[in-house]
Order: sequence, then structure tokens, then C-alpha cells
Amino acid sequence: MIALSNINKVFNKDKDNEVVAIKSLSLTINEGEYLTIVGSNGSGKSTLLNIISGAEMPTNGTITIEGTDVTKMPEYKRSKWIARVFQNPLSGTAPDLSIIDNFRLAALRTQSRGLTIGVNASFKKKVKDRIATLGMGLENKTEQPIGTLSGGQRQALTLLMGVMDETKILLLDEPTAALDPRSADIIMKTADVLIKEHNLTAILITHNLKYAHQYGNRLIQMSEGVITKSLDSQQKLALPLTDLFAWFI
Amino acid sequence: MEFYLTALMIGICLSTMSLGIFITMKIFKIPDITTDGSYTLGAVVTALLLPWQLNPFLAIPITLIAGGVAGALTGIVHTKLKIDALLAGILVMTALYSINLSLLGRSNIPLINIKTIFSYFHPFNKEVYDGLMMATLIVTIIISLLAYLLKTDFGIAMRATGNSDSMTRALGINNDKMKIIGLAIANSLTAFSGYLVAQYQNFTDINMGIGIVITGLGSVLISSAIINWLGVANIWIQLLCVVIGCVIFQMVLAVTLSLGIDPNMLKLVTAIFVLLIVSLPKFLGRAAA
Ligand SMILES: Nc1ncnc2c1ncn2[C@@H]1O[C@H](COP(=O)(O)OP(=O)(O)O)[C@@H](O)[C@H]1O
Ligand SMILES: [Mg+2]
Repeated sequence: MIALSNINKVFNKDKDNEVVAIKSLSLTINEGEYLTIVGSNGSGKSTLLNIISGAEMPTNGTITIEGTDVTKMPEYKRSKWIARVFQNPLSGTAPDLSIIDNFRLAALRTQSRGLTIGVNASFKKKVKDRIATLGMGLENKTEQPIGTLSGGQRQALTLLMGVMDETKILLLDEPTAALDPRSADIIMKTADVLIKEHNLTAILITHNLKYAHQYGNRLIQMSEGVITKSLDSQQKLALPLTDLFAWFI
Repeated sequence: MEFYLTALMIGICLSTMSLGIFITMKIFKIPDITTDGSYTLGAVVTALLLPWQLNPFLAIPITLIAGGVAGALTGIVHTKLKIDALLAGILVMTALYSINLSLLGRSNIPLINIKTIFSYFHPFNKEVYDGLMMATLIVTIIISLLAYLLKTDFGIAMRATGNSDSMTRALGINNDKMKIIGLAIANSLTAFSGYLVAQYQNFTDINMGIGIVITGLGSVLISSAIINWLGVANIWIQLLCVVIGCVIFQMVLAVTLSLGIDPNMLKLVTAIFVLLIVSLPKFLGRAAA
């Protein structure tokens, strides 16, 4: 469970360019929930996700994850619960490292990285089998630097990397924004499968209202740092796509 | 002939420093110039320990630790005080000058009539070859250890840190800690070069480190050209390329000096040579365009 209570986030406080990105926002996301967030550019969606992951610290307010107060915990420590897929396919992987090395790090997200060689035959086989499930033919390219792949391929691998180790929470910040429609569909389907398979608590930010309508069991809209609409799973199921489009008129 | 063997020997001795620069510049993408200070520090520690009849091999861990502490300091100043890496390096390097001078007690200590690592094995019965063999042996061991380290889980995390810090943070890696450790390793390798050179030239001089970072930089640039040109992916071979780059660098300097250039101009020649290496690809690119 993720609980945000009374979160404020102010950038460039007391300067001319001060921005209030999040305003007294409280939100509880229960275990196994798949929350979709929509909202126009600059409404504070990414900031909210960054505050949950620890990439940004709130100006005030508290955050708990699974009952632990993580308000002051740095991002690298919160990663023991959280896996992320970024909007920019470049951000979630180390381009010069091979696919297999990227997966090795992902497999050790919650563990210490020791002075032994962990990329052995059995690990390679395990990764190849997992990658094969994507059906992209990437399982034969595991020694290739991950930077040589397309954005869609990298996002798909980043998703898989997210569940290589024990994961509770998956944060998806516009994971398909940089992709062509076909790759985008693959990413969204893969994410959905993984979320169900691993019983993850997930948050998806998307500008694609079709996806927002199709995926997730809870939906909120944000505007200028506050939650302006909030639908639970019943209401979301009952919402016609055309009504969702009307939110943005 | 003797002349080129000397250049080869110095190239091999300086190659661990070049490996240090390779780690900071190519793996961590941090411009570290603590080098001038930690190189001299290695030579100073050597000059202090060896006259005590200490086995020169036992001086190795002490030298590595000394250099490591210097590098870690730069790392701490850079990551914890959020000071630009270049400035952090200059600060530590400057401070090290005084520390080195006070440790040494004077500006120069000769290392004659004492046992050095070059005093043990004499398979060739010829000083130059014996020295070359010893230095090559040690550098081979160091490359092997380093290549192993970079292949371990910890080493993968090290390589990722310089490559994508958003990714490493999201994967639970403490980037600050990694950078501090990386700078420590790099500068312990640099200090090790100081250790080798002091014993090879039989003295430690307080000014021997001035501008040495440029030599390392030039060597790494040459090696990058080789690595890119041959498309070397294997990390062991990449490290070997750094050693080759360092030897090539020393060879070119040797040729230049043999043309009769005043040795006082050595640093100028070195700087111009590095400038050429850096700018040549750009000129060639422009000419091709
Ligand atoms: N690091 C930052 N520094 C200053 N302002 C920022 C920063 N990050 C976000 N903002 C501002 O906060 C507001 C919310 O941004 P963001 O959360 O990225 O919006 P969204 O993801 O909904 O498009 C915007 O006005 C943006 O300019
Ligand atoms: Mg955003």
C-alpha cells in the first residue's frame, strides 16, 4: 500500500520562477490496485510519481510504503519495493552495457552486488527464456549493448527488468509516449500481463485516453497539482470512452 | 635501441595510471585530476618505506591504500559537498602537494643501494629486460584483477553508474558510493604507477607528478581510438589497449626527444601531442565533410 498525505511540492521556492507542482494532495493506493493518471501537461503527474519513487522529495507531507515512512528515504533505497519505466526509453537502461548485464543489475535490485561473477550460464538461460516471452526475437541478442536497440525494444526490456527481482510497485510514466503505435500496444499488454502475474501495485501515467480507459482498475485526473476527478473500479468500468474524452474539453 | 626500451618500460610503469584515468574518464565519465598528487604520493610512500628494508612487495598494499584514500577524498568532496569533480580533484591535488612535501621532508630522495621490486628476478641477466619482465608481469596481474572486478556484479554496477545514473538509482545503486569507490580504485592505480616509476628511476621527486594526468589522458585517448577502430567489446582487451596506448604515447615522446628537442620542452611537447590527438579527429572530420 502507498499512502500520500498532504503532499506539497514547490520548485524554486521563493524565487521568481516558483512553481507549485503539487498542492495538499492526499492519496492512498491499495495493494494490487492499478491506478491510471491522466491530466494535461504540467499538471504534476510526473512530480507525483517522482515523489513516490524518491527521485524528488516533497516540500512537506508524508509518504508511507507498506507501512514504512519513506518520506526522507533516498530513491536508491526505496527501490527495494519499486520498479520504474521512464518516459524516455534511454533512462531505464544503461546503453553501453549488454542486455544481459542490464538484466543482471535488475535481478539484484533489492540485493547486494558482490565480487562474484553472476552472469553465468544458468542466469543467461533464465534471461533468454524471459525475453523470449516478448516475442520480439531479442533473446539472441543478449550480448549486444542495449543502446543499439529501438526505443520500443528498450521499453519492453525495461518492463521485464522490473520484475527480475522481488517487486511490489511498478511506476509507469508515459512509457509509450516515445513509441510507434504497434510497440506501444505491445508495451501496454506486457505491462498488464506482468502486473497481474506478479500481483503488482501499479501506477500508469498516460496521455493516451484509449489506454487510460482500457487499462487499470482506478482512474484519476490531475490538474494544477490537485486531483480533480477520481473513479474507483466500478465507476471506471461504467465510464464510456466518450465521457473520458469530454474530461479534456 | 636502449632509448626505445626505456620508453617501453616507462610506458608500462605508467600504464596503471592510465588505467586509473580510463576508469574515471571512460567508465565513470568523471574528469579527475587528483592524479598529479596521487602519483607523487605513491612515489613518496615508496621512498619512505623502502629504505627501511621493507620488502618492496609489502609496500604495494600500503601504496594502494594511500592512493585510494586520496581518490576517496576527491570522491567525497565531489559527491557529498556537491562540488564540481574537476574542482574537487584540483583541491585534493593541491593539498597533496604539501602533504607529499612534508612526508618526504625534502624535495628529492634517492633510492640507491636498496632492494626494489626490480632486484629480485634476473632471468635475462640484463637489467633492461629483467625490469621489463617484472613490470610486465605486475601490470598483467593488475589488468587481470581489474578485468575480473569489472565483470563481477559489483563491476557491472560500477560500469552502469557512469552510463545511466537514473537507471542505477532506480535499481538500488548508491551512485555517490560507487563514484567514491571508483575514484579510490583509480587513484590507487595511479599511486601504483608512482611506486613503479620511483623504483625504476631510483628516486622520488616532489615534482615528478606535475602534468602526469596529461600523459594518462593522452594514453587513454589513443587507446579509445584503437578500441573504437577495432570495435573491441571484451573488457580485458580494452584494458590491454590502454596499456598499448600508454606505450605508444611514450614511444612518440621518445622519438620527438631523439630528434634533439630540449628535454625542458618535454611538458610542452606532451601538451601539444595531446592537443593533436584531441583535435585531429575534428580536423579530419571537417576535411571529409
Ligand atoms: N525539476 C523541476 N524544476 C522546476 N520546475 C519543475 C521541475 N519539475 C517539474 N516542474 C514543474 O512542475 C510542474 C509539474 O510538472 P510535471 O510533474 O512534470 O507535469 P506533468 O508530468 O503532469 O506534465 C510544471 O509546471 C513543471 O514545469
Ligand atoms: Mg510528465
